[in-house]
Amino acid sequence: MNLTLKVWRQKDARTEGRLVTYQAPNVMPDMSFLEMLDVLNEDLIAKGEEPIAFDSDCREGICGTCSMIINGLAHGGMRGTTVCQLHMRHFRDGETIVIEPWRARAFPVLKDLITDRSAFDRIIQAGGFVSVNTGGAPDANALPIGRIEADTAMDAAACIGCGACVAACKNASAMLFVAAKVSHLAALPQGQIEREQRVLGMVKAMDEAGFGNCTVTGSCEAVCPKEISLDFIARLNREYGKAILKNTFPPAGKGGD
Amino acid sequence: MKLDAQIPAGPLALKWDRRRFEMKLVNPANKRKFDVIVVGTGLAGAAAAASLAELGYKVQAFCYQDSPRRAHSIAAQGGINAAKNYQNDGDSIHRLFYDTIKGGDFRAREANVHRLAQLSVNIIDQCVAQGVPFAREYGGLLANRSFGGAQVSRTFYARGQTGQQLLLGAYQALCRQIGLGSVTIFPRTEMLDLVLVNGHAKGIVTRSLVTGEITAHAADAVILATGGYSNVFYLSTNAKGCNVTASWRAYKKGAAFANPCYTQIHPTCIPVSGDHQSKLTLMSESLRNDGRVWVPKKKGDTRPPREIPEDQRDYFLERKYPSFGNLAPRDISSRAAKEVCDEGRGVGPGGLGVYLDFADAIQRIGEAGMRERYGNLFDMYEKITGENAYQRPMRIYPALHYTMGGLWVDYDLMSNVPGLFVLGEANFSDHGANRLGASALMQGLADGYFVAPYTLGHYFATAKQPKPRSDQTEFKKAAADMQELTRKLLAINGKRTVNSFHKELGAMMWEKCGMARNEKGLKELLAQIPVLREDFWKNVKVAGQNEELNQSLEHAGRVADFLEFAELLAQDALHRRESCGGHFRTEYQTEDGEAKRDDENFAYVAAWEYAGPGRAAILNKEPLIYEEVHMSTRSYK
Repeated sequence: MNLTLKVWRQKDARTEGRLVTYQAPNVMPDMSFLEMLDVLNEDLIAKGEEPIAFDSDCREGICGTCSMIINGLAHGGMRGTTVCQLHMRHFRDGETIVIEPWRARAFPVLKDLITDRSAFDRIIQAGGFVSVNTGGAPDANALPIGRIEADTAMDAAACIGCGACVAACKNASAMLFVAAKVSHLAALPQGQIEREQRVLGMVKAMDEAGFGNCTVTGSCEAVCPKEISLDFIARLNREYGKAILKNTFPPAGKGGD
Repeated sequence: MKLDAQIPAGPLALKWDRRRFEMKLVNPANKRKFDVIVVGTGLAGAAAAASLAELGYKVQAFCYQDSPRRAHSIAAQGGINAAKNYQNDGDSIHRLFYDTIKGGDFRAREANVHRLAQLSVNIIDQCVAQGVPFAREYGGLLANRSFGGAQVSRTFYARGQTGQQLLLGAYQALCRQIGLGSVTIFPRTEMLDLVLVNGHAKGIVTRSLVTGEITAHAADAVILATGGYSNVFYLSTNAKGCNVTASWRAYKKGAAFANPCYTQIHPTCIPVSGDHQSKLTLMSESLRNDGRVWVPKKKGDTRPPREIPEDQRDYFLERKYPSFGNLAPRDISSRAAKEVCDEGRGVGPGGLGVYLDFADAIQRIGEAGMRERYGNLFDMYEKITGENAYQRPMRIYPALHYTMGGLWVDYDLMSNVPGLFVLGEANFSDHGANRLGASALMQGLADGYFVAPYTLGHYFATAKQPKPRSDQTEFKKAAADMQELTRKLLAINGKRTVNSFHKELGAMMWEKCGMARNEKGLKELLAQIPVLREDFWKNVKVAGQNEELNQSLEHAGRVADFLEFAELLAQDALHRRESCGGHFRTEYQTEDGEAKRDDENFAYVAAWEYAGPGRAAILNKEPLIYEEVHMSTRSYK
C-alpha cells in the first residue's frame, strides 16, 4: 500500500504546530500503525530530517502510553483498540491519513504527537487509592466478595489511563477516567471507608486540572480501548451526589475525641 | 572482589525470622532524616517507594515513562503465585520453594527462594487490602489456576491483566504517598549514572526526557528496580523502552553483574510477521491450561489445520512429557517447539510457528466459557494476526521474555556496592537459570513490599555515612561525564540510524546466543559484537539536540549500552560449559536432547566485575550451597 500522511509537527510546548505531509510507500498490511511510523522515521533520520515524536511503550495495548488521533478519532476508532494494536490491514491503498496528538487544555502538547498527561496522576493522588500501609493486611479470604461486585470492580479497573476519553470528548472531560477509578474502589468492601472523601477529592482535582464538564454524549465510551462503560459515569454522579449531601448535612455526633 | 551473600545461619525455614531479628532498626523519628532514591516504578520500585515512604523515609522515585503506572510490570498477563493452599490440593510454602528451585534448575540461592515462598502469602493479603480485583468463585473466595512447572493450583489472577492490576495497586499506594508529600516523583526522567561517595552509592545522574537537562541527585541509598535486559535481542516481549542502562552503568561503577546468560525464552508468543516487526507479543502461558500444542507429523504439510486429521498430528509436548504435557516449563516447551520447526514441521509463514489448539476446551466449556477465561487474549491475537482463534488454532513461537540474570545482590538485596540495592527483575537472586510462570510478579512485590523496607533500615543503622550533597565533586564530575557522553553521541553524525544497529545486534544475539548456544557460535559472536560497536561509535546518526525531547538520543544511549552488555552476556554463555534452564549449550545435552547440568564444576553464581574500558571482565564465583534441597535432574516426564 502507498499512503499519504498528514502529521502534526510541533517543536515544543511553546511553539505553534502545523500539519506536514509525508508519503509512506510500501506499507505492509501486517504492520501495526506504529511500525508504519517507525519505518517512516527511519527514512526521515536517514534523510537528515527530524523524526516524528510519538509515545509508545508496551505495544500490546495495556500500558496506555500510545496516544494519537487518527482521522479525527482517538486511537483510530477501531473498537476496543489502542493505536499500537491497530494494524494497517484496516486501511486502503492510496488513502490519506491525518495524525494529531490528544487535544485538551489539561494535556498540553510536549512535542509533535506527545502530550503531558500528568493531570491523571494528580487525580489519583487526590484519593484514587485505599489507605492501607504495607503489612498488617488480614488474610485475603477473610472477606468474601461476591462475583458480581468483583466483576464490576474489574470492569472498571480495566482502565489503562491513556486519555482517549478526554481526547474524544468535545468538552475534554475526564469523567470516564475518574468514574472508572471511583467505581472500581466503591464496588469493593475495601473501598468503603474512604468512599466519600475519595470521590470529593478526585472530582476536585479533576476540576482543578482544567478538564471540561460531562454532557453525556458518550464519545468517551466509543473510543475507550478497554470499553469502559458509560454506566460508570452514572455511578460517579451518584457517588458524588451522595457524598456532597452527606457532607452538607452531616449526621449528628461527629465522633472524634 | 569479596562476595558475601550474608545468608543467616540456622534452618532454612527460620532464616528470614532470624535475619529480621538481627537487623538493626532506625527509630521512627530518625527515618525522616534519610533520603532514598528509587529508580523504576514497576512492581518492585513502586512497592518499595510506597512502603519506605509509609515508614517515614523521604523518597525520590524516577521513571522513564510519562507516568509511574505504565512500567512494564503492567504487561504481565497470567498471574501471581502464592502458597496459600486455598484449593486444598497439597500446596505449602515448602512446595512453592521446591518448585521454584527445581524450575530454576538448581542455580538459584536456596535461602532467597525460601524467603520468597514465605512472603508470597503476605503479598496476596496486601494486594486484596488495596482493592486489587482478583478473580473470585461464586462463594466469594479467591479463584486459582495452574501454571507451568507446578502440579497445584496456586496462581491468583485478574482476568488476563494481573500485572496491570497489581501495578495499579502499588501505583495507587505510591500516589497516596506522593499526595502526602513523602515521595517526590520524577516521570520522563532517565537514570544515566550512579554516583559513589566513599565507595557507597549516594546518588544518581539523570536526564530529563522532556528538556534534556542533566541533573545530579543525592540520597543516603539508591534502589534500582529497573527491570531486565531482554531488549538486547531487539525483538522481545519487553516494552520498547526497556533497557539495561541503569544496571550497566552501575556495573561500570563497580556493581557485579551475575549470570547474564540466564535468559528466558517464552514458548507462547505471536510469530514474527515481517522485517518491520518492532516487538513481539506474548500470549499468556495460562492458555496452555486449555490449549494443546501440535504440529503436523509430516514435513511441509501446508493444509489448513482443521483439515489435518488427528492421527496426522504430533502433540509433541504431551508425547515427550506425559505427566506435565502442555504445562511443561518454559525452557523445555520452547526448545521442543524449536526442534519441531528445525525439522521442517513448523506452521505459518516461514515455518516458524506451532499450533496452540483450543478445540477440545471449546467443546468442553463452550466458546462463552473460553471467552470468560481468555477473551482479551483471543481479541489481542485477532488484532495482531487478523485470525480468529475460536475457529482456528493460534500460531505461536518462542520469544525472549525475561532475564533471570542481573546485578548481584546479597540476602538483603544489597549489591556489592554498599548502599546500592537491586530489586525485582534487575537482580539475579531468585529464579536461577529459569523462571516459572507467575513468579516474576511475586518476586517484584516481595522485594519491594517486604524485603527492602527492612534491609534498607539495617544499612542506614550500621553504615553511618555522612549525608551527601549534590554539589559535591563526585556529583559534579558524574554529571559532567554524562554531558560529555551525550555530546559525543550527537557529534558522530554518521550514516546509520540507531535502530539499524539495535536490529543487527538483536539478530546476531538471537541466532548465536538465543534458544540454543554452542562454543563456535559464541566465539563468532564475541568477534562480531566489538566490530558492530566500533561501527556504531563511528557511523551512527542521532537526530536533533540534547536540549529537547529527543527519542533518537534516548535510544542511542540505550543501544550503546546494549552493545557493551551483549559481550558480557555472550562471554558468560561461553564460560558456562553446561546446560541449565534457559541456558542451553548444544554440546551439553543428554541423549534425548535434555539440558545436562554439570554440578561439579558449575554450581555457582558467576558474578562479573568491571575491569575498565577495553579489558575483559573478571569472573567471581559465589558457590551455591544447598543445605536442604538435594540437587536432582529436572524431569517433567
